Amino acid sequence: MISDRIFGLVVLMVSLAFIASATQIQTSFLSDPVGPKAFPMLVGGIAGLCGLVMMIRPDPDPQWAKGRTLIALFVAIAVLVAYAYALKPFGFIIPTAIAAAVLSYQISPRAGPAALAGIGLSVGLFVLFKYALDLGLVAFPKSWFG
Amino acid sequence: MDILESLMLGFSVALTPFTLMLAIVGCFLGTIIGALPGLGPSNGVAILIPITFSMGLDATSALVLMTAVYYGAMYGGRISSILLNIPGDEPALMTTLDGYPMAKNGRAGDALVLSGVASFVGAFLATVGLIFLAPMLARVAYQFGPAEYFALYLLAFCTLGGMSSNNQAKSALAACIGLGIAMVGVDNSSGMPRFTGGSLHLMDGIDFLVAIVGLFAIAEVFFFIESHGKASSIGVKIEKVMIPWKDIWHTKWTMLRCSLVGFIAGVLPGAGASLGSFLAYMSEKSIAGEEGKFGTGVPKGVAAPEAGNNAAAGGALVPMLTLGVPGSGTTAVLLALLMTLNITPGPTLFSERPEVVWGLIASLLIANVVLLLMNVPMVKIFVRILQVPPWVLLPGVTMISFVGIYSLSGSYFDLLLMIGFGVLGYVLRKLDIPTVPVILGILLGGHMEDALRRAMVIADGDFMYLFNSPISIGLWIAAVVGFIAPMFLRGVLKKPQRITD
Repeated sequence: MISDRIFGLVVLMVSLAFIASATQIQTSFLSDPVGPKAFPMLVGGIAGLCGLVMMIRPDPDPQWAKGRTLIALFVAIAVLVAYAYALKPFGFIIPTAIAAAVLSYQISPRAGPAALAGIGLSVGLFVLFKYALDLGLVAFPKSWFG
Repeated sequence: MDILESLMLGFSVALTPFTLMLAIVGCFLGTIIGALPGLGPSNGVAILIPITFSMGLDATSALVLMTAVYYGAMYGGRISSILLNIPGDEPALMTTLDGYPMAKNGRAGDALVLSGVASFVGAFLATVGLIFLAPMLARVAYQFGPAEYFALYLLAFCTLGGMSSNNQAKSALAACIGLGIAMVGVDNSSGMPRFTGGSLHLMDGIDFLVAIVGLFAIAEVFFFIESHGKASSIGVKIEKVMIPWKDIWHTKWTMLRCSLVGFIAGVLPGAGASLGSFLAYMSEKSIAGEEGKFGTGVPKGVAAPEAGNNAAAGGALVPMLTLGVPGSGTTAVLLALLMTLNITPGPTLFSERPEVVWGLIASLLIANVVLLLMNVPMVKIFVRILQVPPWVLLPGVTMISFVGIYSLSGSYFDLLLMIGFGVLGYVLRKLDIPTVPVILGILLGGHMEDALRRAMVIADGDFMYLFNSPISIGLWIAAVVGFIAPMFLRGVLKKPQRITD
């Protein structure tokens, strides 16, 4: 109940903001009868309506993750974000091994197999992508050897 | 005669050694993807698109490879349904109802072979149907103007939403989220940026591949972390595999009927494979009646949903190729593939790029035969692949997704966006909001707005123009019915619950 109500409210707010920002779109001299504003405002309006319906007639609550599982999810997101930033400056192999190992640990918390999975995936995927599929990946940053 | 000639052209494209090899590789990969619990046709095809694109294959080859993966994944999905009681995607749910009990009764091998044959019959008949129906529909589609296209897109959202969720507001909301995301970037007709917040990264809009991989693949990883991979315990073992001729002969009419039902369900824009397997199973169940013992592991209950499911997968290609409107989650992903390859689906595709269309159709036929030959003797190999533990599989899927998206643009921004979509997909699925309409909205949003605006330019701003032709009035009525009818039919169309041990 409460999940749908909160989400409905969020949707309502976002769609109002969406409509508000649609009114700010600049129209150019090359205009057609509809223009660039009308369709986004229509979409925003329908979305807002759906948000209202969700608030008025909510479904039963789903079971949300609690405690350790919730922490595991946040760790996973943090690792993925860090991985996205690390991929360019640190090359493919090391960030991939770390990120894959951490994710593996979050699914099944055993350190040894997780570390092995990380290293195995990292090297295996690198060989596959680089040599079998010919994608331009960098194993280690060049500056480390320069 | 016309069709035969076109088919010959198709086979001349598809039977070159390289294309044939791609089809076989695709079938193999696809079966593995389908068989792995947690990877279904949609997310499997989704993570492979960026990689295929980066490999620089030409349009026909890429299309052959990916459709082979698509058909293969539909085949493979039955393996985890029958042996583990875990459907790889929604249409496979119906296969678990009789497949898993049959496997528990010690007939796992029979169930696998029978469902393989049923898949073959369904997919083969649907491809034949596609060959005849698609060119006809393409001729009709020539009469579609912008007003008709606008109504058609609306119909797709309405029926897809109506079928795929238990709550109309939620499915409509999902479509709006997708459409809203499609609006980000430079406006096509006026050249003005919209909803970019001044960010240069957003000027080009949000790449639909980023959204698809995020919503399908990354969200799946979060679900596995939540369940700690518990859902993937190994269920039933299989002994030796024999071909159950008696069961196959016994279920021939079931397969034929279900192929027809599935194909029709697949052709309806927005309905897709879930509806196909559902209707096929339910109609066979009511034909068989009480003595049929559906749900206890009878051969008919295994053959019916698989024939329906695969026939619907073929049928869904009809609206996708002729109108550019996908009928299911996976065809939405295939539409994304076409758009990535700069192929615009629609009636002109048949006249301007016949080698693509007919090459695709010929390779579907080839893939189908390859899959049958591959699946019956090699089923034990695929079963072994099921034993890859999730703590290796899911990190692997994540890394492949990252590499794919990263090799598209080389920007960390797209990766962050992809993670964002993963979180969004997780929250939406938790709240029982379907994610397929989101994808459809992102893919079709631009086209839908263009259609509306061009219609208004033609009509000089008169909104009644949208209801000006019999075709568009019919589409509007179908859209409204498709959205409202499921609310009343919910009691009748109640989905059977998954069986638990």
